[in-house]
Amino acid sequence: MILFYYLVFPGFLATFILGGIASWIERKLTARIQARVGPPFLQPFYDIRKLFIKEVTIPENSVRSIFMASPIISFASVSIVATIVGLNLVNPNYSFNGDLIVCVYLLLIPSLCLILGSGAAGNPLSSIGASREMKLVLSYELAFWTCLAVPMIKTNEIRLISLMEFQAQNGAIASSLSGIIAFIITIICMQAKLGKVPFDIPEAETELAGGAYIEYSGPLLGFFKITQYMMLVILPVFLLQIFWGPINSWVSILKYLVLLVVIILLENTNPRLKIKQAVKTLWFGLFPVAVVSIILAVLGL
Amino acid sequence: MNKGKILSRSIWVFHFCSGSCNNCDIEILDALTPRFDLERFGIKLVGSIKHADCMLVTGMINKKGATRLKFLYDIAPKPLAVVAIGACACSGGIFEPSYYTYGPVDKIIPVDAYIPGCPARPEALIDGIVKVVKKLST
Ligand code: SF4
Repeated sequence: MILFYYLVFPGFLATFILGGIASWIERKLTARIQARVGPPFLQPFYDIRKLFIKEVTIPENSVRSIFMASPIISFASVSIVATIVGLNLVNPNYSFNGDLIVCVYLLLIPSLCLILGSGAAGNPLSSIGASREMKLVLSYELAFWTCLAVPMIKTNEIRLISLMEFQAQNGAIASSLSGIIAFIITIICMQAKLGKVPFDIPEAETELAGGAYIEYSGPLLGFFKITQYMMLVILPVFLLQIFWGPINSWVSILKYLVLLVVIILLENTNPRLKIKQAVKTLWFGLFPVAVVSIILAVLGL
Repeated sequence: MNKGKILSRSIWVFHFCSGSCNNCDIEILDALTPRFDLERFGIKLVGSIKHADCMLVTGMINKKGATRLKFLYDIAPKPLAVVAIGACACSGGIFEPSYYTYGPVDKIIPVDAYIPGCPARPEALIDGIVKVVKKLST
């Protein structure tokens, strides 16, 4: 049964399909914003299918095992988060104490795998990508964790299901002052976690030619792509559970779409930051605000 | 389903330029703009040859470029389609008699499609890519 949850619903397969649809919405909306027609509905799935029939090339001077393993590990860990987050919605019996913290840790693994994999690729551009990703992780994790402390303080719980129950009774956490500040900051950090435009510094298509992903090809790149698709579903849903709950009716889908549109608009209206600017904004701009929101939360606002 | 058919739904192109006058390259970028919008067909420009399914080559190939082109072709994950764009890449064009020409693209690597024109128009480009797709899917 656990295996079914992990592989089919709500784990890998369901999240993957939803992620593909979300990714299509993202690409289509981007195209419409730029007055283009945009890709057909099944395009994300065509891309994945194509990647899985391509040849795998492994650079000569790479560390083979790490290079090959990291996409698969990142994909596997994201599937676990998908299972945990999804089971909270369909079958609360499986939730356990502290799953919030487990989720945040597992959500960090794709970034770590990207750092490892691109560092092992033996390509200078890829190494630059790895180092940028490392700095980016260091900068956004701080603000992200600080903001996650707000709902924990407000509810005295570190269990997703209790957070949602709390919100069902007392209204969404984001409706309080400290909650809304923390929510906005986590949305910005989510953009960095997803590697979307103001923070797509490690990938940097135009200057690093794909950066961290440069040496990946075929199925290995496919695993990273699947990870990205799935993250596009999991992260917003995770944040909704924490800040904008409860998730139980059809309205929740609307909430998710709102969050997705916010992501897409941020992506389309911003230029890429330099890594220096990103660290500066996240540490000296957003982190103090996050601390203020914690103080407000302790004061009960 | 055969490989070509799967490939033809999502073609990621990589752009290689060696000694072109830069006009063909501008036309390639033009094909990706809202007016022509190649993303309708799932075609996307990528920055790394490792992600590419199709290599667009422009310009007459000079001596330095030739070794690079051969190298890129060798490390690219197959299947890979090669398209020569512009009169230069197809035959040498106006640079043909000059001393630093190393020959048209097909002297160095196998080419799947030729798109002539100086520069090749975006319409011709789309037509050429569609033909590659058709060739791939048979
Ligand atoms: S074919 Fe014409 S436009 Fe294209 S690179 Fe050659 S000279 Fe320039």
